[in-house]
Amino acid sequence: MRAIAEPVAKLIDEFSRLPGIGPKTASRLTFYLLRAPKEQALALADALRELKERTIFCSICFNITEASPCPICRDEGRDRSIICVVEEPLDVLAIERTREYKGLYHVLHGAISPVEGIGPDELKIRELLERLKAEPVEEVLLATNPNLEGEATAMYLARLIAPLGLRVTRLARGLPVGGDLEYADEVTLTRALEGRREM
Amino acid sequence: MGRERLYRTEAIVLKRSDFGEADRLLTLYTPEWGKLRVIAKGVRKPASRKSGHLELFTHSRLLVAKGRNLDIVTQAETIHSFRPLREDLLRTGWAYYAAELLDRFVGEGVENRLLFNLLLAMLGWLCEDVDLDLTARFYELRLLALVGYRPQLFHCLACRAEIEPGATPFFSPASGGLLCPRCGEGQRDAREISMPALKVLRFMQTNRYELCRRLRIGRSLHAELEETMRRYITYILERNLKSVEFLQRLQREMSE
Ligand SMILES: [Zn+2]
Ligand SMILES: [Zn+2]
Repeated sequence: MRAIAEPVAKLIDEFSRLPGIGPKTASRLTFYLLRAPKEQALALADALRELKERTIFCSICFNITEASPCPICRDEGRDRSIICVVEEPLDVLAIERTREYKGLYHVLHGAISPVEGIGPDELKIRELLERLKAEPVEEVLLATNPNLEGEATAMYLARLIAPLGLRVTRLARGLPVGGDLEYADEVTLTRALEGRREM
Repeated sequence: MGRERLYRTEAIVLKRSDFGEADRLLTLYTPEWGKLRVIAKGVRKPASRKSGHLELFTHSRLLVAKGRNLDIVTQAETIHSFRPLREDLLRTGWAYYAAELLDRFVGEGVENRLLFNLLLAMLGWLCEDVDLDLTARFYELRLLALVGYRPQLFHCLACRAEIEPGATPFFSPASGGLLCPRCGEGQRDAREISMPALKVLRFMQTNRYELCRRLRIGRSLHAELEETMRRYITYILERNLKSVEFLQRLQREMSE
């Protein structure tokens, strides 16, 4: 005989598969939803469904968007001479919050990490190079995380981009080494953007 | 030899992965406890004071609290950050390789101080040496000896006969080293090894790094040495190292 109803066990299972959620937290979330008003639980279910059904990658910058090209790539007011290269969509959000940066983006979807099997082919690097050849870009701002993987990725990109003769810059070291960009506060990020350097 | 509730240790960060909101799961190599997996809380936030001290391939002094499952790093202070490793992609690639090789050969919680010292020395060599392939071969030979897989390079593993100068012996990963021309003939995994390659490997197996680093080795000899060691290591580990693919790609792209 089962001690716990099948649908309950199933949801606990699903929550447990999420990053940073252990079996205890998974149970707590499940029982919270079990007791919550039906509308709240269904709103969560709808949000999950829409997340997968109504989002796509922007065909230009590979950010997550509802329609491709994304609002930033479509925006005529943005400076098309500069592309800011980031690891994750959350980094775009962090930089947009500063309101300092007016150029375009390119999302790599990760950083080079040989031991995890993430090499250049697993990232949107080929797509970036194609953009740089096709678009009127003058500067590439490498805004990968200031940790070893991010630095390795930046060095790799700088070498690939060098033959194209573009200005290649890197976020300044206002950011402590080892952290993730998405946790940077606006002040730190603004300073880092102002102090970008040649690479 | 249990660890205390709060203990100090030196450590080198071998590997890490994101964990929870802003934490990281670190695989450390320590002098007293060998390989150790610990949690570092909040280190992905830029404001974290620990993060810079817990970067990959950093040698640090840590204060660690025993946890229910995994121990937790409470303080971290850099002893040596090996900065040149972080500023040159090829050196970074080799550091990944050195860490991965060690990680694959050792289990958790087994003390091996000599291995710790070797890794520490290796990170230093990778910061300054020019012929990093040579450095890597030296590291492989030392590491293999320290974990019980020292390849036999002086006599035949089947008939015990010494390998005469002028002969072309075989290297057989399954046998653990050399086979003489007679015993190696027809052995499935045995491949001929040239006398120059054998001499380099013997020299590196029996001499200190300060002497070995002075060897000057040409491209084709390097290729043979690499192939021999790679075959042996892959045989023991029963799989390829992931960092090798990245290194080979870098070397290929840089020579273009
Ligand atoms: Zn876009
Ligand atoms: Zn023999």
